[in-house]
Amino acid sequence: MGAEVLRDVSFDIPARSFQFLSGPSGAGKTSLLRLLFLSLKPTRGLITVFGKDRSRITRRELPLIRRRIGVVFQDFRLLDHLTTYENVALPLRVRGREESSYRNDVEELLKWVGLGERMHVVPPVLSGGEKQRAAIARALIEQPEILLADEPTGNVDPPLARRLLRLFIEMNRLGTAVVIATHDLGLMEQVDARRMILSGGRLDIYD
Amino acid sequence: MTDTTSGATFTEDGIAESEVALPRVRRRMAPIVPAQNVVGRALVSVIAIMTFLSCLTLGVVSLVRDTASVWEAQISREATIQIRPEEGLDMEAALESASLIARGFPGITGARIVDRAATTRLLEPWLGSGLNIDELPVPRLIIVTINEDYPPNFAKLREAIVSQVPHASLDDHRTWVDRLVTMARTTVAIGIAALVLMLAATVLSVVFATRGAMAGNGHIIEVLHFVGAEGRFIAREFRRHFLATGMKGAAAGGIGAVLVFLIVSFWSSRNLATPEADQATALFGNFAIGLSGYGGVALIVVVIGMLTAATSHLTVVAYLSDIESRQSDAG
Repeated sequence: MGAEVLRDVSFDIPARSFQFLSGPSGAGKTSLLRLLFLSLKPTRGLITVFGKDRSRITRRELPLIRRRIGVVFQDFRLLDHLTTYENVALPLRVRGREESSYRNDVEELLKWVGLGERMHVVPPVLSGGEKQRAAIARALIEQPEILLADEPTGNVDPPLARRLLRLFIEMNRLGTAVVIATHDLGLMEQVDARRMILSGGRLDIYD
Repeated sequence: MTDTTSGATFTEDGIAESEVALPRVRRRMAPIVPAQNVVGRALVSVIAIMTFLSCLTLGVVSLVRDTASVWEAQISREATIQIRPEEGLDMEAALESASLIARGFPGITGARIVDRAATTRLLEPWLGSGLNIDELPVPRLIIVTINEDYPPNFAKLREAIVSQVPHASLDDHRTWVDRLVTMARTTVAIGIAALVLMLAATVLSVVFATRGAMAGNGHIIEVLHFVGAEGRFIAREFRRHFLATGMKGAAAGGIGAVLVFLIVSFWSSRNLATPEADQATALFGNFAIGLSGYGGVALIVVVIGMLTAATSHLTVVAYLSDIESRQSDAG
């Protein structure tokens, strides 16, 4: 086991809140997001997710909790053999829902993120920004209670970054708590929101 | 504002500037587990080849087993009385007398004297044609047909013939049958050993080829896991895909093997009268593998399909628990 990346970190993410998670590269932003997303177990300490102690969540309960959390991975994690539409619909499909019950929602969301014309192409022909938007759409399709986005504007130019930010703000207005991990100061300056700064394994919060 | 069927209301924020009419013809959703790639095609080929070889081995073993039991039955159906020529022996009278004794014995259904012409034919390969059998001291034979269900007491029959007909002896083919049965059983045992090895090799290569094909799917399992798919769902998707792949390969191999049997069987029936076919028929019967042979082929196909599915299932389960355990190792 290596050195502790995060220690004495204590915070909560209220429902419907909006915050940035920032700090230098290697400060542990991604690790903290993975802890929140339950894809990493803490070596010590307590994490409570939707009122439930992380260490008491069974493997069977895990998928049900994950469905309430939307994640945008830094490397997108789109499936290359599925079209943009199918990638975005994946969270609904794995729940066993009929395609006819969500087709309109998915198409609507894709148009909303500007991928209306790229719905039926596969990720290898999408640009970095388009992949980014597809990954965001996949995380949003279920209107999760909390959205965790790891450097969601890392691959796009500033105008598109602003548009994506507006997307997150809109989601937040609809009731989703949003955590955006970024080291893009320009992006953070555009919104008056809570800032969580990670540095040297410690977390400082500026409300 | 745009209303969606889920009740959410999205505000157009300028991203969706231009919309083109979407094609109304919608294709079916692509399978979650991607269709054939190079590794998948290699898996189908490996399964097809191994199934083909396994089915061939099974067919040959069942052929040899059937043939061995036929040999055994045919040879034990007959015995031979042999009368050696001696000075002053009336051969024809001795043959008649021995044949009468044999016919009257319980458990014997008939006795046929091999006549001069047939004896001459029998000796022709060694002594050439135009042979005058009376000039040579050639033993004569009586072929005795035995009731297989109630065989005679060979010791008593031998005693009766030897005591009443001078220079006669009875050969019940026991030594020959024993040797043949031993040989046939050895052949069948070797065949079964070969079949077991073949099936073991098939199982191993199918398992490893499936694992190889699964190796490229790790990222799919991971993404499905992260978008909230249950382990059962992921395992079912892969199982279904690999069952189809396995059955496709196994069916191709099984059909190939059945075709080989049908072609050889057809060939042997077409060439019944030729010396080559006679030789082959004498050894292997009529090349038919029978219902049990075809049943075995079908069983192998189904088992290999299920084996492929089970291997993919176990690989998914192992991968998921690996993701779980990595959670505590990383970071």
